[in-house]
Amino acid sequence: MPNAFWCVVEDDRAGHPKKVMAEVLAEAARLSGGRAEAVWLTDRAEPDGLRRLAEWGAGKIWLVEHPGLAPYRGEVWAPVVAGLVAAQAPRAILGAVTSRQREFLARLAARLGVGFAADVVGLAMDGDRLVATRPVYAGKLLARVAWARPPWIATLRPNVFKPADPVAGREPQIERPTVTVPDGALRLAERREEVSTGLPELSEAELVVSGGRGLKGPENFVILERLAAVIGAAVGASRAAVDAGWRPHRFQIGQTGRTISPKLYLGFGISGAIQHLAGMRTSKLIVAVNKDPEAPIFKIADYGIVGDLFEVVPALTEEFKKLLGK
Amino acid sequence: MKILVPVKQVPDTATQVKVGQDARQIETGGITWIISPYDEFAVEEALRIKEKRGEGEVVVVSLGPDRVKEALRSALAMGADRAIHVNDPAFNEADTLLTARVLAAVIKQEAPALVIVGRQAIDDDMGAVPAQLAELLGWPSLYWVMEAAIDAGGRTIRAGRQVEGGLEVFEAPLPCVLTAQKGLNEPRYPTLKGIMGAKKKEIKDLRADDLGVAPESAQLSIVRLETLPPRPPGRIIGGDVREAAHELVRALREEAKAI
Ligand SMILES: Cc1cc2nc3c(=O)[nH]c(=O)nc-3n(C[C@H](O)[C@H](O)[C@H](O)COP(=O)(O)OP(=O)(O)OC[C@H]3O[C@@H](n4cnc5c(N)ncnc54)[C@H](O)[C@@H]3O)c2cc1C
Repeated sequence: MPNAFWCVVEDDRAGHPKKVMAEVLAEAARLSGGRAEAVWLTDRAEPDGLRRLAEWGAGKIWLVEHPGLAPYRGEVWAPVVAGLVAAQAPRAILGAVTSRQREFLARLAARLGVGFAADVVGLAMDGDRLVATRPVYAGKLLARVAWARPPWIATLRPNVFKPADPVAGREPQIERPTVTVPDGALRLAERREEVSTGLPELSEAELVVSGGRGLKGPENFVILERLAAVIGAAVGASRAAVDAGWRPHRFQIGQTGRTISPKLYLGFGISGAIQHLAGMRTSKLIVAVNKDPEAPIFKIADYGIVGDLFEVVPALTEEFKKLLGK
Repeated sequence: MKILVPVKQVPDTATQVKVGQDARQIETGGITWIISPYDEFAVEEALRIKEKRGEGEVVVVSLGPDRVKEALRSALAMGADRAIHVNDPAFNEADTLLTARVLAAVIKQEAPALVIVGRQAIDDDMGAVPAQLAELLGWPSLYWVMEAAIDAGGRTIRAGRQVEGGLEVFEAPLPCVLTAQKGLNEPRYPTLKGIMGAKKKEIKDLRADDLGVAPESAQLSIVRLETLPPRPPGRIIGGDVREAAHELVRALREEAKAI
């Protein structure tokens, strides 16, 4: 469809789109008056994965299935999608803020010679141009940005945009364009999987429990993990906890870690330094537990408890168990 | 082996930033400027590669007004060999794409075997320049690199990028672009000797003409900068621990509907 809003699919590497795509597709449909389409580069797309995209609002799915497309390599993906763009002329190309999409869409924009906006938290049409809102300067300011010409390319922060209500039973309309997938120069030598915590992945989680220096040692993260397991939250950490070696870097929230925007962020023993806030201040609801009533985190918290986390965390865990019948 | 590291000068996160008069830029008076922290990881990695190989040259490059020389001096004080300063008012409002074009032009002149860039600059947090640079050069790129090793012959690199759920280690022929993630290394502090030595190192000035890059208009531009909408005031829940925990859970369910 001309003037379509394309959504680049983020998948679970096993043939299914991640749930953040429900948000990206819904926003694309809203902005374009129902012209949202998915573009999926993968080595395998499962039928139920394709159906899910259709149910989330993808009017059409441009599917390029090829072993050379996984794992993602920028120098391979960019020419493939640039070729499709030249033939189909979409008006916008949106993705989710994930490590690879941040790189890929920047690369694609350079290939097409157009603008790119990363980590967008708001989008609106202003006449016939698109204006994006994005946090800058450690989230202390918001910048409204606009493109000189289409296609408008951006990555959207997970959990910020309202997901589509799935339309059950919608059949996917699949287009398999003929494309040449270049060989590429990068060769995958090894993949090291993280030991699964059984908890959700930090950057996409709707609920996040986070611990700082106040936890006093790596062994004490167990109490946060117990709480997280009860409510189905991911566990994050401040830089102080990461630098002390209590948590690996991938758990760090903040300016030099992950940027998250969960529905609920619960911070324990975290003072709320500006660099930490940079990574979580767009959370919808913020709860802070800290023994220091003057801790800066209380300035942005919606709810706070001034107290010793070693008493509060177990009490909260019990209350959540009662509430959720666990 | 020549390694090139682009660095960006940014306001220290601890300094207050205010929206400027035109509402499109910040007020620069009173700001403390630093090298963007991710770029320090990049400089450090370049120095370590050079030290390990026992040969090579580390060249740092920055785009920006006169003040940017300070950032270049700090990188030289860490141990970089020389610096290039692209200082031209024509690039004042450069977006990531124009910045990448300028850097790509410098890289074509310098012909390094490797370019290491910080994952993103902490002012606009765009993180686009490394990938755009690689695309313009036609080089492979690896983002969020947590470990890197060059083979003895200096022809290939083995580097691990952080992905959701793990680490993917790739082999790539050089030249190639890497982006430095926190955790790649621990940047060194400049020594007094380093700081003194940096004063004698070369900082070459370049302008648009020297690079043959036309200062075209931005593809993405700031329409307006705004302060954050105020957050509604929070509520401190008092009482003993058990009561407070009970009340918090009740509020999260009934008032906020978050659980
Ligand atoms: C360039 C740069 C980048 C940075 N990037 C990041 C980043 O990405 N993420 C990040 O988090 N930080 C970052 N920082 C560091 C940041 O400035 C802070 O140092 C850090 O966030 C502090 O972590 P913290 O809150 O856990 O520790 P602290 O500031 O030490 O706070 C610990 C808190 O725990 C409370 N506490 C102690 N014991 C208890 C108890 N028993 N019960 C309840 N409360 C208790 C204390 O009252 C205190 O408020 C960065 C800094 C710089 C300079």
